Amino acid sequence: MIRVALPAHLRTLAGVSDEVQLEVEGAVTQRAVLDALEARYPTLRGTVRDQQTQKRRPLVRFFACSEDLSHDSPDIPLPEPVAKGTEPFFIVGAMAGG
Amino acid sequence: MSGVRLLVGTRKGAFVLTADGKRQDWEVSGPHFAGWEIYHLKGSPVDPNRIYASQTSGWFGQIIQRSSDGGKTWEAVGKDFNYEGNPGTHQWYDGTQHPWEFKRVWHLEPSLSDPETAYAGVEDAALFKTTDGAQTWQELPGLRSAKGNLWQPGAGGMCLHTILLDPSNPNRIFVAISAAGAFRSDDAGKSWAPINKGLKSQFELPDPNAEVGHCVHRIAMHRSRPDVLFMQKHWDVMRSDNSGDLWTEVSDNLPSDFGFPIDVHAHEPETIYVVPIKSDSEHFPPDGKLRVYRSRTGGNQWEPLTNGLPQSDCYVNVLRDAMAVDSLDQCGIYFGTTGGQVYASADSGDTWKAIVRDLPAVLSVEAQTFP
Repeated sequence: MIRVALPAHLRTLAGVSDEVQLEVEGAVTQRAVLDALEARYPTLRGTVRDQQTQKRRPLVRFFACSEDLSHDSPDIPLPEPVAKGTEPFFIVGAMAGG
Repeated sequence: MSGVRLLVGTRKGAFVLTADGKRQDWEVSGPHFAGWEIYHLKGSPVDPNRIYASQTSGWFGQIIQRSSDGGKTWEAVGKDFNYEGNPGTHQWYDGTQHPWEFKRVWHLEPSLSDPETAYAGVEDAALFKTTDGAQTWQELPGLRSAKGNLWQPGAGGMCLHTILLDPSNPNRIFVAISAAGAFRSDDAGKSWAPINKGLKSQFELPDPNAEVGHCVHRIAMHRSRPDVLFMQKHWDVMRSDNSGDLWTEVSDNLPSDFGFPIDVHAHEPETIYVVPIKSDSEHFPPDGKLRVYRSRTGGNQWEPLTNGLPQSDCYVNVLRDAMAVDSLDQCGIYFGTTGGQVYASADSGDTWKAIVRDLPAVLSVEAQTFP
């Protein structure tokens, strides 16, 4: 099971109080994880990545295993601890403002 | 028992304020959608328990919420606002062409006859319609054919912020866009024409015959006389007696004719309200005095309404969607400020009282009346 940690606003929107756990078929990539997340919680479509372009929204960031994965290709495998479910994939609202 | 429900959208959530017909004691519920910008909420005139809300965030984009129980519970519904076909480009601040890009929903206008039907005014300016209770939205692309390539954003973005449905003619719709102008459809939204003749924007738009490009801040009508329109433009308060074919200025003795909202008394079609703001570079009331101005002559001959409003050191703004009226026998007037106050008058503006003083900046106020 893949563990995904959502920011507070998206937890509220999805109606969950903690990390979510997702089954991902095949290679565990950003795209595969986000596809599984949106399939499980359709209300999150468009909140993490643009529905038309499939690009990450500008003020959303991805982290795992203390690494910033925001600029990685959505199709490369995520770190092994994420794929094994020992570490969560963090979706984070970027700090913005002053 | 009669009563009023106010739907208040703010920078950090939605609030629902309720009172009985005396409108002296108010209950406040919220924040709903805490932390999100709520540009607008509005209830169906057919089924007041059906409320639509625009929830948006710079981080996570656009959400549309729907309530079927008067705002007690909410359900996230359709949020795909896809322009029809290739949307092309519009004018950008520097005079170049810029691609049309959806940013947010500014205004939701439920149908006058069907609670499942509603219109959404969005940025970049376009009009969308749902007929399935906001599960899906379809653009009415004829609007952007009305010289859309010449429209350009105002300082607040290129937003479609006003939608007026003609109660006497289901085929007639008015909209207003900053900074493109006012537009009218006579075929239920298929085709549109600019209705900006008579508007003068000397500095922003030197061509006196320009069909589009006017910074219209808000338009309003009384349901008994839908051919008469009132407008708060960037500068100037205007009036049209022929459905927007020609506008004349009615600013007269206002201390400033800059402002955002304009509204009409529920029972007196010639009584209108504005909130003068000092200028486009100083978005606060002239002299630090928060004054609503009322004209009982459909414009001109304005009188200041100050009883209960701060008359010194007040530097808030009142945004375009942040004024509303109820339709109880003694008409109630309401407005919210960027300082978080919501003011109410239960006597057509003669006296005012703050219902709440410390909400986040108020973006919109709508009133639902329960006779």
